[in-house]
Amino acid sequence: MGQQDLRKMTYRDAVREGMFEALKKDERVFLMGEDVGRYGGCFAASKGLLEEFGPERIRDTPLSESTFTGAGIGAALGGMRPIVEIMTVNFSLLALDQIMNNAATYLHMSGGQFNVPLVIRMATGGGKQLGAQHSHSLEGWYAHIPGIKVLCPATLEDARGMLWSALLDPDPVLIFEPAVLYPMEGELAADAGAVSIDKAKLLREGTDLSLISYGSCLHKSLQAASILAEGGIATDVIDLRTLRPLDEQSILASVAKTHRALIVDEGWRSGSLSAEISARIMEQAFYHLDAPVERICSAEVPMPYAKHMEEAALPQVPSIVETARRMIHG
Amino acid sequence: MADFIMPSLGADMTAGILVAWRVEEGDQVENGDIIAEVETEKGLFEIEVYSAGVVEKLLFQPGPEKVSVGTVLATIRRETAVATARSIEPDERLKVSPAARKLATEKNIDLRHVKGTGPQGAIGLADIEVACGKVTKEKVASAPTELKKTTDFKAGMRQAIAAAMSLSNREIPHYYLTTDIDMSRALNWLIEQNRKRSIKQRFLPVVLLLKAVAKTLKKVPELNAIWVDGQLQLKQEVHIGVAIALRGGGLITPALHNVDQLDLDQLMIALSDLINRTRTGKLRGSEMTDAGITVTSLGDLGVQTVSGVIYPPQVALVGLGRISERPWAENGLLGVRQVLTATLAADHRASDGHLGGKFLDALNKFLQEPERL
Repeated sequence: MGQQDLRKMTYRDAVREGMFEALKKDERVFLMGEDVGRYGGCFAASKGLLEEFGPERIRDTPLSESTFTGAGIGAALGGMRPIVEIMTVNFSLLALDQIMNNAATYLHMSGGQFNVPLVIRMATGGGKQLGAQHSHSLEGWYAHIPGIKVLCPATLEDARGMLWSALLDPDPVLIFEPAVLYPMEGELAADAGAVSIDKAKLLREGTDLSLISYGSCLHKSLQAASILAEGGIATDVIDLRTLRPLDEQSILASVAKTHRALIVDEGWRSGSLSAEISARIMEQAFYHLDAPVERICSAEVPMPYAKHMEEAALPQVPSIVETARRMIHG
Repeated sequence: MADFIMPSLGADMTAGILVAWRVEEGDQVENGDIIAEVETEKGLFEIEVYSAGVVEKLLFQPGPEKVSVGTVLATIRRETAVATARSIEPDERLKVSPAARKLATEKNIDLRHVKGTGPQGAIGLADIEVACGKVTKEKVASAPTELKKTTDFKAGMRQAIAAAMSLSNREIPHYYLTTDIDMSRALNWLIEQNRKRSIKQRFLPVVLLLKAVAKTLKKVPELNAIWVDGQLQLKQEVHIGVAIALRGGGLITPALHNVDQLDLDQLMIALSDLINRTRTGKLRGSEMTDAGITVTSLGDLGVQTVSGVIYPPQVALVGLGRISERPWAENGLLGVRQVLTATLAADHRASDGHLGGKFLDALNKFLQEPERL
C-alpha cells in the first residue's frame, strides 16, 4: 500500500467513520445517547451524523442511562442494530442493571430464543482531569460478566473497525473508548474496514519480556518498550483488544517465549483484569515463568483531579521501564 | 529430623535412579542399615542410611527418572534423645523460577550448586543455562561421544570411567615408584598353608598382597587418604578399593572394608563376597565411596608393570603385576626367584617420593614375613 493511501486522522475521526459506515451499510443501525445528536457527542465522536442521517437514526436521549440502555435492548430484541452511547463508564453504572440483568442474560433465560444484538459504546479512563466521577477504568468489571463481549480499541484501525464486527455479533458487545485517546493522531489506510474482535495483537516482538496491555496503557507500554530496547531489553507488546473473552493463546504463547510477563492495566489492582490475566498465566504457563508476573495498575484511590496527582495515580512510562528492568536484571 | 539424600557413589556420579525402597514409612532404622537400591552407570547399589531413627516420609517413589545427587529422598525422624542433642536446621527453600527448576530437572542440574543472579538472588533460566554450559564443556572434554541413555550400562560405565579418569589425569600430578618384590617366601608359606586346606578354603596370593598393603598403610597412613578442597584428609579405617573387571566390560573399584582387622581367612571370604556382589550388582553405596587407596592387579594377564591412574579423591594406587620366575641376584649369588613388580602411583600434591619409597619398602618387608600377616 502506498503512502498516498494513508489518511491522517484522529482516534475520534476513526470512531466517527466507523459509525458513519455502519449507518450507511445497514438501515437497522441507529445511534442513541446523551447529546449524541445536536451537540455531536460529549467527546464529539458523532459530530455531523445528525445532519447526515437525521433525528430518526441519531437520537438524543434524556439523562437516564438505565432508560435508554433498556430501550436499546428492546430495539435489539425487535430486530434493530442499536448503538447506545454512554458518556463515561462511571455513568454506565446507572445502566448496569439493564446491561447485566437483561442484555447479558436474555439469551440464557429465553432458552436461546432471544439474542440481544446491542452495541454499547462508552468512554473510559483518566488522564483528562475530569475528576473522580468521570475518569475511572471499570472495563475490567464488565469483563467479569458472562454473556457480553468487552472490547477496548487502542488504535485507529480498531477504533474504526471494531464497531462493524460488534454490530455483526448476535450478542451484546461493549466498546470502551479511552477518553484520552480521542485526540490521538495517526494514519489509517483508505480501505480500512472491519477487524476481528476475538484476537489479541502483537504490536512489537521481543524475547525478554511480555508487556501485556490495552487501551491508553498500550501506548505507554509501546513507549516503554522503545526505551527498554535502547538498554538491550527486547519486549513483546501485546494489545489485548478484547477483554472478554480473553485471547489466552496469544498471551500464553508470548510468555512461553519470553518467560516474563508485565501487565499494564489502568484499572485498580485489587480484583482487576490484570489479576485475572496474571492468574491465567500462573495456571497455564507456570513452568515457563522465569520471574513472578508483575502488574502496574492505577493507585487505589478515586481518580484525583489535580494534574500532577492524576499523573501520579495512573500507570506511567517510567514505572513500566523500571519494573521491566528490575524483572530482568534484579 | 535427618534427610536421606541421593548419595554420590563416586566423583563421576551426578544422578542415580531410585530402584527400590528396602524400608517402609514408620520402620525403625539403625546406622548402616540398607534402606534403598540405587542404579547408576556403574550398576545397582544397596544404599545404607547413616542416621538412626524412624523413617518418616519416603519422598520419592522408585521410578525410571534420574534423581540428582543431593536430592532428599526420605526423611528420618531421630529418636527424641538424639533430636534434642542436635539443633534442627531450617530447610531453606532455594529461590528458583519455575522455568529454571524445570530445566534443571531436565538437565540433572543440582540447584544447590547454581548461583542465582535474578531478582533477590533467585536462580533463573539464564543461570541454569550457564550451569548446563559448564557441564557440557566438561563432558566434551572427558568424552567425545554423547551420553547414551541410562539403561545403556556399557556406554554409561564407559562415560563414568572416562569422566573419573580424565579428572584424575587433569588434576592429579602423578608420580610413579616401582619396586621388585621377592615373593618366594610368601608363596612357599602359602603353599604350606594351602596344603592343609580344602580347595575352597585355599588362599590366593592376592589376599596376602591386600593384607600386606593394609598393614603398610598403618605404617604410612598418609597414603590411606583423600584429597579434598586442597587438603589431605587421612582415613581412620583401612578400606582398600579393589579393581574388579566386569565380564561385560568396564571396571568397578569397590572397597574391601577394614582389611587390617581381618585375618586371611576372613579376607578371603570378604574378597570373594565382594567380587560376587560386584558382578551381580549388589554393592553397597558405602563400598563405592569410602576407599582410601586402590589396589589393581593385572598379573593374571601376564602384565609385568601396572602404572595406574589414581581414582579421585584418593591419593594413591598400588599396581601389581604378574608374579613370575626371574633371575635374582642377592649376596653375590644369582638365583631364580618368584618376583612381583609393585608400582605405586601417588598424588604429588599429597605426598612426596620419599614417602612413596617408604611405602614400597614397608610393603616388601611385610611380604617377607608372611606368617605375620
